[in-house]
Amino acid sequence: MRSHAMLRENAMGWLWISPWIVGFLAFLLVPMVLSFYYSFTDYPLMEPPLWVGMGNYLRMFGDDKFISSAGRTLVYAALAVPLSTVVALVIAGLLSTRVRLAGIYQAAVFIPTLVPMAASGMVWLWLFNAQYGFINLLLAKVGIQGPGWFTDARPAWSMASILIVGLWGVGQAVVVYVAAMHEVPGSLYEAADLDGMGPVRKFLNVTLPMISPVILLNVVTLLIGAVQLFTVPFIVRAATPGGQTSTMTFYSVYMFDNAFVYGQMGYACAMAWVQLVVVLILTGLTFLASKKLVHYRGA
Amino acid sequence: MKSEQRKPLSLSGTILVTVSLVVIAAMFLTPVVWMACTSMKSPTDAAQGGISPLPNPASAALENIVHNYPEVWNDPSITFPIYLRNTLIIAVLSVTGMVLSSAVVAYGFARLNFKGRGPMFVVVLATMMIPFPVVMAPLYLVFRELGWIGTLRPLWVPAWFGGAFNIFLLRQFFMGIPKELDEAARIDGCSHFGVFWRIILPLSKPALAVVALFHFMYVWNDFLGPLIFLTHRDDFTLALGLQLYQSKAGNTPWNLLMAASTMVTIPVLVLYVLAQRTFVQGMSADGLKE
Repeated sequence: MRSHAMLRENAMGWLWISPWIVGFLAFLLVPMVLSFYYSFTDYPLMEPPLWVGMGNYLRMFGDDKFISSAGRTLVYAALAVPLSTVVALVIAGLLSTRVRLAGIYQAAVFIPTLVPMAASGMVWLWLFNAQYGFINLLLAKVGIQGPGWFTDARPAWSMASILIVGLWGVGQAVVVYVAAMHEVPGSLYEAADLDGMGPVRKFLNVTLPMISPVILLNVVTLLIGAVQLFTVPFIVRAATPGGQTSTMTFYSVYMFDNAFVYGQMGYACAMAWVQLVVVLILTGLTFLASKKLVHYRGA
Repeated sequence: MKSEQRKPLSLSGTILVTVSLVVIAAMFLTPVVWMACTSMKSPTDAAQGGISPLPNPASAALENIVHNYPEVWNDPSITFPIYLRNTLIIAVLSVTGMVLSSAVVAYGFARLNFKGRGPMFVVVLATMMIPFPVVMAPLYLVFRELGWIGTLRPLWVPAWFGGAFNIFLLRQFFMGIPKELDEAARIDGCSHFGVFWRIILPLSKPALAVVALFHFMYVWNDFLGPLIFLTHRDDFTLALGLQLYQSKAGNTPWNLLMAASTMVTIPVLVLYVLAQRTFVQGMSADGLKE
């Protein structure tokens, strides 16, 4: 019987994907539903949650730390995403000119992405050390008094430090872009040669449009990563007690504080939902804005 | 058909590109090199040695290595050997679970026709957009309810239910394997599990290696997960232990901190050297289309 066989196939299909469904329910959907409920409660972890309605969401508007951490994170994302994208594209462009030893240079750019986050945190704490750090020693050699970097009271410098650490990890995007650039049909470059285009114009007018779908995916990944930035700021903050550490309180760090340090689970859950909505909106906007810019081959 | 037809650069262009790349490569490598160099210095040398990469005298490098690394490894308050053991336990359990379960789920999506397959796959893809911090607080509560806080379980059990990106990756790969192969086996009386185990998995070794490698990297790297879920120091992982080492009472000398950081980094670098091809394949999904 045909319908019987179809029923069997249906059941088999669901059986095969059931591990994912169970995991999705247990480790994603249930926590998210719970967190939605808790976001309307006061929940100090040791006591049962107490309904406060919109209280947590309204509290954000008057919470200076919330506003500053959210602002700092948005500024970071607004700077880090375009900067990393441009830097990665330029490096990838240079690498795909087929100069000799390109593989070696590519490995050099990629290796930093292998360093575990916790170790990168340590390395950059050391490089950016105001007194003995490599970077300020180097600046001193040319007669420049370096800033305090991570611990500088001027927020622009601590932001610059975090941006530099982020840029240092651009190697993954570079590898992806190089691979995409190799897929661009050579005939397009021949046509561009006939039009008398130089290498820079070929890069701008042929390479970039042809790999734009890959760029879009990378921008979205970077964006989602930037909004949840946590490990390096957290490590830097833990390493520099007192003083100017608030400049390292990015959104996820402040959410962590609320959940696990201040015991304000309800507030942390409300923050999590705001973060999710912001991620979805930013991703949506990126896709919308890209409609005219992204060129899909064969579409 | 590809870039082989691209016109080579002019001589001045080649020089310009090469010089830029050398400078860029040096900038990216400096932090790693400086980390390794500092770990070969004495404490005073590390703090006040200026920008010389070598210790003073240079011949002391070996002596300092022999001193610094065991000092970190055997530190009585920060038990790196135990952190290594914990990291490896989590890695083995987590990687095994991730590879097997993602492959099973991917097979379901790639080879079985069932109602709701399309929408479910969209849900799988959609979950990739949810940042971990969004669920970390409630996830903690779920694990607390299960009695898992203070054990290693929150860090490896979820891996046995598959990961969205890995499912996506393996499904793509499985769909590239000719269906005639499994249909022939099915006619010969092979069950779906037989097809999966005897045909699909053996043919998918490169893709499975990518999943295993990247998930291992994730486990080795993960800081936030262990930070939230591990409560006993004896359960800490290397990433967490490194931070503990940095923040322990009495400032840790830079040479020792860099030795510890180098120790945590070296296994990953070795892995990269050994499996360079797998790394590159993993990052360009195209590379998997062999």
